[in-house]
Parts: sequence; C-alpha cells; structure tokens
Amino acid sequence: MEYTNIAYVLAAVLFILGIKRLSSPKTARSGNTIASVGMLIAIVATLVSYDLLDFQTIAIGMIIGAIIGAFFAIKVEMTQMPQMVAIFNGFGGGASALVAAAEYFNPANPSTFNSATIAISVFVGTLTFTGSFIAFGKLQGFVSGKPIVFPGQKILNALIAISIVFLGVYTVSMGADADPYFYGLVALAALIGITLTIPIGGADMPVVISLLNSYSGVAASATGFVLMNNGLIISGALVGASGLILTNIMCKGMNRSLANVIFGAVGLVQEASSSDGKQIQVKSASTEEVAMILEAAEKIIVVPGYGLAVAQAQHAIREVADFLENMGKKVLYAIHPVAGRMPGHMNVLLAEANVPYEQLLDLDQVNPEFEDCDVAIVLGANDVVNPAARHDTGSPIYGMPILDVDKSKTVLVNKRTMNPGFAGIQNELFGFDNTLMVFGDAKAMLTDLHKDLKEL
Amino acid sequence: MDMINIFTVFILAIFVGFEIITKVPPTLHTPLMSGSNAISGIAIVGAIIATKVGGELGTWLGLIAVIFATVNVVGGFMVTDRMLKMFKRK
Repeated sequence: MEYTNIAYVLAAVLFILGIKRLSSPKTARSGNTIASVGMLIAIVATLVSYDLLDFQTIAIGMIIGAIIGAFFAIKVEMTQMPQMVAIFNGFGGGASALVAAAEYFNPANPSTFNSATIAISVFVGTLTFTGSFIAFGKLQGFVSGKPIVFPGQKILNALIAISIVFLGVYTVSMGADADPYFYGLVALAALIGITLTIPIGGADMPVVISLLNSYSGVAASATGFVLMNNGLIISGALVGASGLILTNIMCKGMNRSLANVIFGAVGLVQEASSSDGKQIQVKSASTEEVAMILEAAEKIIVVPGYGLAVAQAQHAIREVADFLENMGKKVLYAIHPVAGRMPGHMNVLLAEANVPYEQLLDLDQVNPEFEDCDVAIVLGANDVVNPAARHDTGSPIYGMPILDVDKSKTVLVNKRTMNPGFAGIQNELFGFDNTLMVFGDAKAMLTDLHKDLKEL
Repeated sequence: MDMINIFTVFILAIFVGFEIITKVPPTLHTPLMSGSNAISGIAIVGAIIATKVGGELGTWLGLIAVIFATVNVVGGFMVTDRMLKMFKRK
C-alpha cells in the first residue's frame, strides 16, 4: 500500500509539471504527454497493488471506454470543442458518482465521515453528469440553446436544494436504513443538474462549461475523500481550481457575477428593455467595395466571434489575411475572453487554420491597437463590440469590457442578418458613421472577398 | 491516513492549482479544459477499486465507472494533443 501511495504522489507531481508546461504553447504539447504518463503510472499502480480485482470487468470497461474516447478525440471538429468538453465533464462527474455509489453499497471503512463524503461525492458527481448533458444538448442543438425559464423556477430550485440537504443528512445518519434517502438524493441531484442548466444559454455557455469543469474536479476530490486516496484528492483539486479560475475569467469578461449568470437568465428578461430601441440606420457594402477599402488600409484587426465558428470560416479568414499580409499590410486578431462558446474557443479555431498564435491578442493587449487601426473586421461577433457597454447604464451588458473597434477608421461588420445578438439588444455600432455592414454567411463573404482582392 | 492529513493535502493541492493555472495564457484555455478533463479521469483509480469492493451491484457500477473514466482519460489526452500540435509560431 505504501508503494501505491508513492505512485499516486508521483502521478500528481507529473500532472502538476504537465500543467506548468501549459504556460507556453511551445512547451504545452510535452506537458500533455507528461500528464498522460502520470495517469498511466496511477492506473498501473492501482492494478498491481489491490487484491481481488475483477480484471475481466476492468479490461472490458477500459476497451469500451478507450474506443469511445479515441473516436470522439479523432472525429470532433474544432468548432465542436465546447460540446466535447461539456460531455467529458459529464463523464468525469458520472464516474466519480458511480465510484462513490459502489462504495455506498459496500463500504470498506464505514463511518460517519465516510457516509458524508459519499453523499457529497454522489451529489456533485450526479449534478455534473446531468448538467453537462444538458449543456452538451444545448451546444449540439438537441435542446434549445435559448434560456428556458418558467414561473416559479427559482422557488423550485430552492425547494430541490433544501430537499437535497435533508436527504443528505438522512443518508448519513440512518445507517443501514438509508437506501430510500440515498436514491432520493441521487434523483434530486440529477434533477437540479438539469434545472440549474436549462435557464442558461447562448453566450453564457462559457461560464457554464467552466463551472461544470470545476465540478467534475470537485467530484473526483470528494471521491478521493471517500476512498482516502491522495491521487484522487490532489488531481481533483487541480481540476477544481482550474475550472474555478476559468469561470472567474469568463464572468469578468462579461462584468457579471457568477450568481447573475446562473440565476439571471439574460436574453429573455432583457428583451423587454431593448424593444424600445430606436431604429438604426445602417450602410451596407459589397465585397468589391470592401476589397478596395482593404487595399487602402495598412493595419487591419480581425475580431472573430461565435458566428465565425458557426460558419466554419476560420480557414477562409486566414486565406484573406495571408493575402493582405502579402500585400504588405499588418494583420492582427482581437480575441475577447468570452468570444465563442468556451474559454479559448477562437484561439483553437484559428490555430487549426494555421494562424500563428503571436498574431492573436487579448483584450488588454489589443485595445490600444485600435487607435491607429485602419480597418477592423468584425466576423460574427456582436455584444463584445457593442459600445453601449461603455455608457448605457440601462443596457444588460453595461460595464462589460469590450473591444474598442469603433476607434478604428473603418469598421466592417459581417453578419448574416440584422438580428440582435445573444443579449437581445441592437448594437449602436452598426449605425456609426465609420461602420459598414457586409451581410452574408462569413465563409461565403470571405471567399468572395478573397476573389475580389485578387482581381484588384 | 487520518482526516487531518488528507485535508492538508487537499488544501495544499488547491493552492498549487491556483498558482500554476493562473499562469496558463488565454490562448491555451481550451486545451487546459480538455487536459483537465483527462486529469479528472483519475476517477478511473476509484473505478478500478470499485470493481473489487462491490459484489454484484458494485461490479456493475464499477464497470460503468471504468468506461466513463477511460473515455475521459483517453479522449481527453488525445484531443488535447491534437489541439496543441496545431499551435504554431510564424
């Protein structure tokens, strides 16, 4: 048993070293390999040091799991990474809950502490499982991506939460007669995972995914307490911390509190306040005109948003950008923290299209760059470039840090239609004197633009 | 291992986590998430042990847990590698 614990500590050290190497894209890939070696050590140590393991069951499970995991990992499109991470969060939470449940039915060291950690682990794990599947469904389009709200929703959630506390306490205190309470706990944990996730939608998804990521770590840690296993506790804590940090970054990127994201249901509530909006007069331009504007420009900043991912236009924009760079122009990309549907979503898409990562700038780095920017190209982004966030105290996005695209000499906005963005508000940027709208699908528009640039 | 020890480990691990993860640049946040997915697959250790403790029901729960956790481990590390190999300099 001593050796096993040493192996777990070694595995944890390798996870930490692996994550440390994620501090730069240069070393990141080796970091991932180091972490995977840590996992291998933990698995092998477990297999060799416990007696009476059911190797047949383990082998079957691992083969099935490996096939499913490898299939997803190879097949998934980069635009679908948010769904992938969402469903994996669910599997992680589910695995932890199942382990804790197995321990409940056959406790190795029964005690109040043991029962309490089992209850916590099952609760967090099950909530993560169902919540992640709803998040997956929303991103994949199986469930409406819009926030689903109904009267009494908050009261219902509060009632479920209170019931869960009672069932948890009974599960711990009833000893051998706790089964009905335990099943009740599982059922309500599954239910609250759903009811807490359905009212959140669209642009708030990055927060939800980060939070569920954190929960999957917390669940693993709780299971570590159940089994008194250092390896699970440390790894779970790392993942929990990671998810929490990302959640915090996403909330800051929207200037909203976590409570506001979870309970606020933006999008439906605000529609009323935005419908008083004045009609905005927009000017639209053709791709030929855009090509001429770009020809005269020296510094161009591309602002990608979720629309770019939907249109799968990452390769198309890179081709246009390459062409412009060959004409001697400077091209940068401005990445807002909440652009897309998960943290870093745009970066991965552009990396897939071979855009060098040095060209991708964060909010703080890029905002001064707009001062002397000739053309800003906004592709499928909306709320993150809405100047109302600066001055309109009545706007739902007031206070949100935005990309200062309006400071550029010309702003080109590509959208499919004039429909407002996720927050349900019209964007005054579209009516600015220096703004031109280029309507159409991002990929088709960029392909046409590329052709027109060549024909100049 | 007693309770105090195990809480000490937990608290220290959280601090280490915060220290190292705040240094991950935004451009790598998606690989960080998929990589941490893989690490939370550490539940596989518990799942392997569960196949032993459980008797009939425990074995079934353990089997499903092994499947879930392996999906996380294999899928998580593989997709993270696939992403990270795309990040290139000029």
